[in-house]
Parts: sequence; structure tokens; C-alpha cells
Amino acid sequence: MGFQIGFPILSVMLAVPLAAAVLCLFLKAPAARMVALAATLADLALGIVLWANYDVGGAQWQFTERANLFAGFQYALGIDGIALMLIVLSVFLMPICILASWESIDKRVGEYMAAFLLMETLMIGVFCAQDLFLFYIMFEAGLIPMYLIIGVWGGANRIYASYKFFLYTLLGSVLMLIAMLWMVNVAGTTSIPALMTYDFAPEAQTWLWLAFFASFAVKMPMWPVHTWLPDAHVQAPTAGSVILAGVLLKMGGYGFIRFSLPMFPDASAQFMWLILGLSMAAVVITSLIALVQHDMKKLIAYSSVAHMAIVTAGLFAFNVQGLEGAMVMMLSHGLVSGALFLCVGVIYDRLHTREIDRYGGLSINMPKYALFFMLFTMASIGLPGTSGFVAEFVSLAGVYQASSLATLVLTTGIILGAAYMLYLYCRIAFGVQKNADAAAMRDLNAREWAMLAPIAAAVLWMGVYPESFLAPMRKDIATLDIRLAKVAPAGDAKPKEGKPHAYPANAVHHESGDAASATRDLEAH
Amino acid sequence: MGFASSLWFTGAEVGLSLAGLVLLLVVAWTSHSSARLITILSVAALFGAVVFTGVELWQTSPAGDAFGGLYRVDAFGSFAKVLIYLATIACLIVTPRFFEESGAYRGEYPVLMLFSAVGAGMMVSATDLMTLYIGLEMSSLSSYVFASFLKGDWRSNEAGLKYFILGALASGIILYGMSLVYGFSGSTDYGQIRAAFDSSFPMGALFGMVFVLTGLAFKIAAVPFHMWTPDVYEGAPTPVTAFFASAPKVAAVGMLMRMALGPFGGEAEAWRQIVIFASLASIVVGALGAIGQQNLKRLLAYSSINNIGFLLVGLAAATPAGAAGVVTYLAIYVPMTVGSFIALLMLRDAEGKPLETFADISGLAVTRPALAWCLMLLMFSLAGIPPLFGFWAKFVVFQAAVQADLVPLAAIGIAASVIGAFYYLKFIKVMFFDESGRAPEAGSPAGHWAVLAVCVLAISPLGYFATPWLSGVANSAAAALFAIA
Repeated sequence: MGFQIGFPILSVMLAVPLAAAVLCLFLKAPAARMVALAATLADLALGIVLWANYDVGGAQWQFTERANLFAGFQYALGIDGIALMLIVLSVFLMPICILASWESIDKRVGEYMAAFLLMETLMIGVFCAQDLFLFYIMFEAGLIPMYLIIGVWGGANRIYASYKFFLYTLLGSVLMLIAMLWMVNVAGTTSIPALMTYDFAPEAQTWLWLAFFASFAVKMPMWPVHTWLPDAHVQAPTAGSVILAGVLLKMGGYGFIRFSLPMFPDASAQFMWLILGLSMAAVVITSLIALVQHDMKKLIAYSSVAHMAIVTAGLFAFNVQGLEGAMVMMLSHGLVSGALFLCVGVIYDRLHTREIDRYGGLSINMPKYALFFMLFTMASIGLPGTSGFVAEFVSLAGVYQASSLATLVLTTGIILGAAYMLYLYCRIAFGVQKNADAAAMRDLNAREWAMLAPIAAAVLWMGVYPESFLAPMRKDIATLDIRLAKVAPAGDAKPKEGKPHAYPANAVHHESGDAASATRDLEAH
Repeated sequence: MGFASSLWFTGAEVGLSLAGLVLLLVVAWTSHSSARLITILSVAALFGAVVFTGVELWQTSPAGDAFGGLYRVDAFGSFAKVLIYLATIACLIVTPRFFEESGAYRGEYPVLMLFSAVGAGMMVSATDLMTLYIGLEMSSLSSYVFASFLKGDWRSNEAGLKYFILGALASGIILYGMSLVYGFSGSTDYGQIRAAFDSSFPMGALFGMVFVLTGLAFKIAAVPFHMWTPDVYEGAPTPVTAFFASAPKVAAVGMLMRMALGPFGGEAEAWRQIVIFASLASIVVGALGAIGQQNLKRLLAYSSINNIGFLLVGLAAATPAGAAGVVTYLAIYVPMTVGSFIALLMLRDAEGKPLETFADISGLAVTRPALAWCLMLLMFSLAGIPPLFGFWAKFVVFQAAVQADLVPLAAIGIAASVIGAFYYLKFIKVMFFDESGRAPEAGSPAGHWAVLAVCVLAISPLGYFATPWLSGVANSAAAALFAIA
């Protein structure tokens, strides 16, 4: 087997955190922290190597590895541009998560780090699996470390949240397994690239699509099955929220773009209005809910649901802009919501409350913090120059081609988004310092700088020059668009060719001979 | 087939029976102090039987009848026997310590275990109703004694009595069904019954088949004939419960498979709906019943009902793939269930009193981390969460069901498994999330740890490395089942 860069890089990226996870189980707290940080940084370096060696515009599946394991299972890895970007996002966020847990986690540190590192292995595995069942195993196994992270290190109501998270997502996924078994039985292959070009019978597609939808809609999460998310976010430790919002939610979007759309195009077109309808409902309803939250994390959690709704709408617009916008939205949201949770974590570590009312006027005593927080707030709203703008603009431009009504409603969500984010920022950073303890908080330390600055740089980079992130995905999205072309809806916003007037409406007629007819014409207008 | 080859084919049973008889004499003429020695010798005898059966299975792998068609050696029987013997060994290793503390351990116990294993081996190898019944009773009668082995404990006595009465009832139902089957087919031989039923299947024979299946449902504790299980599992001494949940269960499932796919194999359409109902009912009742339980053994009893439901999904497919799925499931179920019960056995407080309820094990991850991690892996495996090996067990049976066009069964079954996941998660929640209110507890003997480690390794993701071998064995075992007709 010839490797693109001399060694099986994807396997190494899976193995490094896994080995470190096992090691962490047996280490004392300080050593476990160092091992976890070293392993995640090593994976980040490997991720950069991966990106640097990715051949943009080359073969669709790169860095492929394949080994036959046993009956029906294959250890098949490989990535396309979409997977590459999501893997890079995961490995980028992981060292930041470890840093975020450096001081705030003080009990059972070894087990905590082990859970996080295992999580990293499974996330990368989800994005690079090319075997249907390998994907499923990675997808499902992610529940175990997250359940432990929420349950052991979470907040006061952690047990309820951990159960809800686990059972909700498990119920969504098991039906997908049955659908996968059926698909493999019919198509005779477990290879994802092969299945992506396999044409299932249209009647069967409906059921298969629904089974996959059950899983991805919960993971995404789409309204109305989003209710596990606010609970899980609020109770999880900061780093857990970052990973949950940054990467785990992306598995839902990745699932749609990797499975639902290319494998069941007919059913996808059939259910387009289901998705658009749910997305429209989600954007408006969850934005309104976010407006009235008193808990910072809950507010950001609801804003995640609203942003993810724009992703689903973009995906089901069946055109290049929609798909690209959805992908940029996923990357941007991964960075921005992760950063917002980190910002909440920074002040939570100082005051141990998420109540918005307990803060106020932080821009006076924490100016650097206020600056970062403002940047991420603006990125979340979609201010030009930040990643959020690119994401929202491109995806809504795509949705507009499919349905102007949906775009209208989704855009309302952006206005509401500005409302709740600015309101949040105003209550926390501006105004008088009404709480003495909040006013006494110190500004960012070096560790927190190291967490927030890279994300801020990435957010600006994506906002100013999104081409770096779009280029690797362009060919894959074009391939998908071709596959979807035959089912793409006509759309109601196509420019219609009108009947041109003989002369401009403001024409001034000088020819005296024609005066009478010109007057008639003007009257006719 | 000559007499010599018949004896060779039944070598494991003959050897174990002889060992049992000799050891019984030793027990009769020596004091109680020899009990430990008898146990070691019994384990050695069982180990010999494993090696003998294993050699038969892999090296010579004959498919032959012994004693004129009363008994058959094939890949299925040998595989089930190896599982039964190994489970019996595991239970024997952890037993003496438990009874010695109450001074109740006696040499009869390992000897009875040997006879029970012989009976279980005959159940899965029988190809004649007579042999089957003898094996069934031999295994069951020993089990009744185990359940009430703690003579001074009223719970143990109650368990023994309940087990005896309901077991006898089940045996009676099976016997009645067998008489009908014999009456309508004119033979007790599996092959001849199949031939007779293939040509005509009168209503009376249908009744006979339903009675036999009902009795077997009692034995494997499938809903709606599961009521005895929680009481017996809770009341019986823990090592005995571990045994009940493993070896006799494998034997009963093996015998059910042989009956359903052998003599009744031509009537799959007739029994499939019964099996589908029992399967879904077991999955749902096993999951819902467990939710309110506080006693850990009772909870695991419901868990075993739940697992039987998944096993029956494979049987409902009535295909070689389904049979192979059941065989694989059994191979994974045995270490899962034995491991869980042994972990429970190792839970004792500082005075050596067993911990039996959820309240007792709260915060176990702090007081005994290694044990808590083992239990966590076992519970996730029982819940069928990948990457643990329990996932593979569920995977193969559901795959078989989907291939046999039983998609609704598979979908309902797997959705109901989420209910089951709730109480497995509760185990983990209590151990890992709750605060501990107690001091660290006493450690456990090395023998317990060894057996637990083997079980946990078997169900860990490392188990997947065994799958090429396991699928090969399961496929040949399944093929043997279908070759019987």
C-alpha cells in the first residue's frame, strides 16, 4: 500500500490520542495534563501536515488506507475535502479544550483527560471512516466518553443531563443501524464511497432517509428534537461544551452531507420542505427562546440550534452556494460557539455562576476579555470581516435560489441573533459594575490568552479570506451538486425575463412629428 | 457405527460422568476438608472435557451419530459444550470462597456441577427426544439442589422451591408436547420426525410443537414464561446465579435451536410468529422490569431476560445466518453475564457482607476503581454500545433478521434496546457519578480477579480480533444445525 506521505497518517492520528488516553488512566493529575496536551498538540501538528499535503483538486478520496478485518467489516480510512476541514477543526479545538480544563478540573484528572483523548480519536474516526459500520462504531462510541464527561465532571443537574444526552442520541442512532444493515444487504458493499454513487429504489430511499434523519436530526440538533442540547451544554464542564458545540454537532451535518444527500437524493428532494420548515421554525423559535435566557450557557446553546438550522437549510437547498455555505457555517460555528463557551468558562472559573445578572461592566476591569468576547459576539451575529458573515451570506444566497420564503424567515433569525447576542454582551460587558465580586475579577491570564487568541485569528482568517477553507472542499461539493442536479427543486426566485420597453421610461421625446404618438404611449403607461 | 466410535464421540460426557462418580465416592468417605480438593479435581475434569471436545471440534470435526442416532457429534454441539464447560469452570473457581465463609461448602457441590454439565452437554447434542429429556432432567435436578444450597438461608430455600416447581411444570409441558409429537410422527428421532412432518403436519402435531416450545421458553426464561427468573436469581447464592445465567441457559438455547431448526425446521412459518412475539416481549419486559429494581441480582435477572429476547431475534430469522448469529451471541453473552455476576460477587463490605443494592455500590469508582471500570465495560457491553464486543453480538443477530426480511422485528427490537440501555447506564451512574458514603472495601481473591479479567478482556474491543475465528466457528455450527434434517 503506497501512502501519500510515506506513513499512514490517519491511523497515526487515531492512535496518538488513544495511546495517550490509556496512559492518562494510570497517571497522576499533573502528568496526565501534560500528556494530554502533548498528545493533542501532536495531533494538531499531524492535522497541519495532513492539510498541507492534501492535494486540492486531486483525487476525491485521499490518504486512503484499507485493511480487511473480518466478515463484512473493513478498516477503511480516507478523506475528502469536507472531512479534511472537519478533522482540522477537531484537532484545532482539542488542545484548547485541554487548556480550558487545566485548572477548572481538579478531581479524577487522569480519567477526565482519558475521556477527552478517547473522544478525539472517535471524532477523527467518524470523519475519516470509509466503511459504513466503522463509521457507525465511531459515531456511537462517542456517547460513552461524553456521557462520562457530563456525568462525572458536570454541574449540579448533571445526572439528568447525561441520561438525556445518552438516551436521546442512542434512540436516534439505532434506527440508522437497521437502515445500514438493509443498505449493505441490498447494495452488497459497506464502502461509503461506493454507496455514495449507488442508486437505491426511490420507495426504499424514503424509509432509509427517515432512519438516517432520526439520527442526524437529533445529533444536529434540529428543532423539535433539540431539547437535550441546552441541558447537556449547561451541565457539561466548559471543555465539554466546546467539544459538544464545536465538533459533535457537526457530526449531524456531516452525516447529512455524506449520507442523506448523496445516497438518497430522491428522498432528500421529497423531504426538502420538511427540513426547510423545521429550519425556519428552529431559527425563529430558538432565537426567541435565547432572548429570554438568564443562563449564559443556555443562551449560547439555543443560539447553536439556530445556527445549525441555517446549516440544514443550506444543505437542503440543493445548490453549490447552499452546500458551501453550510460547510463554512459548520466550521465557523465550531470556532465561534466554541470560543463563546470558552469566554463563559473564563468568567465562570472566577465567579462560579452562569447567571447573566451576576456580571456587568466587565469591560472596565477585564478589557482584554471584553475585546475577545466582542469579537466572538460579532462573529456569531455575522458581522462582515468575521467567519459568521461568510457563512450566513453564502448559505442564505443558496437557500434563496430554492425558496425566497425560507430565506425571508431565516434572515429574520439573523436579526434576532443580533438582538440576543448584543443584549447578552451589553448585560455582561457594559453598564455599571453592579456586583463588587464581578468587578474584582482579574483579566485574562497567559493560559486564557493562549486559548482565545488562536480561535480569534482563525475567525478573522475565515472571514477575510474564506478561500483557504473553501478550496479543498470545492471539488467535492461540485461532485455532490452534480449528483443532486437531477432532483434539485426549480426554486421560486429565478430571475424572470421581462418584456423590454421600446424606450426607457424617462425618455424625452423631441421629434415633433411623433409628439402625438409619444403622448399616447405615455398615457398608456 | 460401532460401539467403540459411539463411546469415543461421547467421550466428554462419559469421562465427566466417571469423574463425577469417582469424586462422589471420595466425598462420601472423606471429611468436609476435602471439598477444595474435589473442586480442583472437578475443574481439571472439566478442563479435560474442554480439550477433548475442542479437539473434536477443530481437528477431526466429525459429524457422526452415536448409539444409533440418539446422540450426534457436530460443530454446533461441540461449540455449545465448550461454552458450557468453560462457564462451569468459571463458576466453580469462584464458588468455594463464597460458601466457605458461611461454612456451608461441601464436596457434593462440584460433583453436582459435573453432573449438571453432563446433562447440559447431552441437551445440546441430543438428536432424539429420549436423550434430550434425560439430559434436560439431569441438568435441571442438579440445578434445583444448587439453588437451595444455603440450607440455613430462607431466600435460598425459597428460590430452590420455586425453581423446582416451575421447572417441573416446564418439564411436564415439554414431555406432553413430546408425546404429541411422537404420536403424530411415529418416531422420537429428529430426522424421522422432520421427514414425517415435511410430508404432513396435522393440527395435533402443531399443538405438540407449541407445547415443546412453551416448555423450552420456560427453561430459557423468555417472556411470558419468565416470572420465576428474578426470584430465583435473587434468592440463589450469587455463584449459583452466575451458573444459572450461563451454562444451563446455553444448553437450553442450544436445545431450542436444535429442535426448532431440526425436527420443526420445515414448519418455520408456524413457529416464527411465536418466536417473534417471545422475542419482542422479552426485550421490552426485560427492559421495563429492570427499571424499578434496586437489587443488583434482580436487575441482572431482567437483563438476562432482555438478552434472551435478542437471541430469539436470530432464531426468528430461521436462516443459517440467524443460527450463526445466535451462536455468536451466546459466545459473547457468556463472558458478559459471568463477568457481571463475578463482579457482583466481589462486591463486599469490610466485614465481608455482600453488597446487593444500588445504594451499596454508590461511588464505587472511588473506593474500588478497577472493579468499577470492569463493571462499566460489562454494562456498556450488555447495553450493546460499540466499540464493546456486546455490540457485535447484537449486530449479527439484527443483520440476520434484516437479511431474512424481518425489518420491522429488527427495528422494534433495536428501538426497545434503548429502554434497556437506561438501567445499564444507571449502574454506571451510581458507580461513577454518585458520591461514596463508605470506606474502601476489602479486596478480592486472585482467582476472582483472574476470571473477571478474562471475561472483561473477552468483551472489550480486543474481542473483535477473535471475530474471524468466531464467525468461522459460528458458520460451521449453524451449517451443522441445518444439516440435521
